[in-house]
Amino acid sequence: MKDVLIIGGKEVSSRLFLGTGKFSSHRLIPEVIRATGSQVVTVALRRIDPEYEEENIVSYVSGECILMPNTSGARNAEEAVRIARVARAAGCGNWVKIEVIADNRYLLPDNYETVKATEILAAEGFVVLPYMSPDLTTAKKLVEAGAAAVMPLGSPIGSNRGLRTRELIRILIEEIPLPIIVDAGIGRPSEAAEAMEMGVAAVLVNTAIATASDPVAMGRSFKLAVEAGRIAHLAGPGETHEYAQASSPLTGFLRD
Amino acid sequence: MCQRYDKFDFDSFFKQVTDAGIKRIIAKNRLTETDFLSLLSPRAEKYLEEMAQKAHRCTVQNFGRVIFLFTPMYLANYCVNQCVYCGFNVHNKLERKKLTRAEVEREAKIIAATGLKHILILTGESRRESPVSYIRECVEVLKKYFTSISIEVYPLEENEYVELVSVGVDGFTMFQEVYNKEAYAEFHPGGPKRNYRFRLEAPERACRAGMRTVNVGALLGLHQWRAEAFLTGLHADYLQNTFPDVEVSISPPRMRPQLGGFPPKVEVSDKNLVQYILAFRLFMPRGGVTISTREPSELRDRLVRLGATKMSAGSSTAVGGHSASCAQTGQFEISDKRGVMEMAKMLYAQNYQPVYKDWQTL
Repeated sequence: MKDVLIIGGKEVSSRLFLGTGKFSSHRLIPEVIRATGSQVVTVALRRIDPEYEEENIVSYVSGECILMPNTSGARNAEEAVRIARVARAAGCGNWVKIEVIADNRYLLPDNYETVKATEILAAEGFVVLPYMSPDLTTAKKLVEAGAAAVMPLGSPIGSNRGLRTRELIRILIEEIPLPIIVDAGIGRPSEAAEAMEMGVAAVLVNTAIATASDPVAMGRSFKLAVEAGRIAHLAGPGETHEYAQASSPLTGFLRD
Repeated sequence: MCQRYDKFDFDSFFKQVTDAGIKRIIAKNRLTETDFLSLLSPRAEKYLEEMAQKAHRCTVQNFGRVIFLFTPMYLANYCVNQCVYCGFNVHNKLERKKLTRAEVEREAKIIAATGLKHILILTGESRRESPVSYIRECVEVLKKYFTSISIEVYPLEENEYVELVSVGVDGFTMFQEVYNKEAYAEFHPGGPKRNYRFRLEAPERACRAGMRTVNVGALLGLHQWRAEAFLTGLHADYLQNTFPDVEVSISPPRMRPQLGGFPPKVEVSDKNLVQYILAFRLFMPRGGVTISTREPSELRDRLVRLGATKMSAGSSTAVGGHSASCAQTGQFEISDKRGVMEMAKMLYAQNYQPVYKDWQTL
């Protein structure tokens, strides 16, 4: 059976989503997209400048990609909603990554405001992918609010600290009937593979690729890791046991 | 915040800082106030390279390989203050001027043609010549050309900041100039700027009024730089803790020659400046560091990799200075005279992306 990821009614070919804010040159982005094979690319509306073609980050994202503007800079639901509307009006499509951050030290999302923004934008026909702190109650509210996926953080944005919220993400995978996409914190391809093995639908990476010495090679490495992790998940990894299997079973004497 | 250090003996503190202590601090993830002060000590100068390596990694991780660009636009140079170090001092003889709406528009067009979307507007302190209503009118014009407008004007009341935010101002810059109170009184002999506290608390009023970005700083050269750098960092840290949703940054401006001819009281070398920026970066990993054209191009090129996040380009400190027809006396002499294109070229050569736009008027 074909393994497809569907978000907002759209078939998404690559499970590696790409962030764009930290590259040393916009001109690197097309090459990195080729290396990662990413189809979904997120760009902060605050950085989009249609009036300066050469320095407009969107000019470097292939038309074949799904452009997912994000609401970076929004401090509350109202600002996130306004940013999303400006993005749509500017011709950036109807996908939006909600990012509501009222904490500039750790850049942790405000789950409450995120739910509010999701509800408003989903009702307006946006395909809403909210970035959130992994929390089951919030995730359920996001489902009710009409989110197209739920994007919990693995660790704070840009921290490269990996899947520190592993247990909470595991619970979301088990309980939430939407694609779970780990957004933020993944610092190495092995961590992306680990997330995919766990059963997340996709991962979103920026810092780990953009700030690598060779972003193109790192992009390719992430592509392979995400694919490997997905295959492993589908292959059904064997159970893990805390102890070796007893060679003299306690119940071996029982007969049918 | 500053009061706790009013009587603090910085020299005695620096004497007890040890090499082992500095190494331990550089290895830490989260620095305390006293850790920050230790990194500003003379002893820490031996560890600048270690500090630089970590500060560079930390800056790239938090901000990416990017530098945000902006340019200042001087709207008016009328001033009632007597700051001894400033070219706009009320006693200085220079042509006083304020831009008309048409002149603001002409300047705006010239700046916008460089691709910049962020602008910092400045005035001297004159509630008669450049009142809030005048600043507001200028903002109305500039909104057509720029997606982010910051102000660097005299301290206002909170409701006045609210008014400016409501018409589209989103950024605020104010230098305390000197945090040491005695020195402050000495360098500000007359005018409303004598009110130390009203100025010190202006950034808080701006934050409460809804500014998105707030930039503070001390003018280096007026008083002991290590103490001034420390208090600037504490001020920034206090603002970040109190207003977690505001983007806080600092400027480390060094005094430049100006019309009054007032020489710096203390010398702040390149090495000192770098130590200050690195210590701040390690203390506030997500704090912005703004480097103006006061610094020479060779040094600015180096500071790209030493913790800077924002730089001005194509600057003029004269009223109407962006339009070729005006030849006015500036607030101070700039050092790096490169235009926006040249700055962008330099950044690309260093494998950095110049960012012309980082906010969108909503």
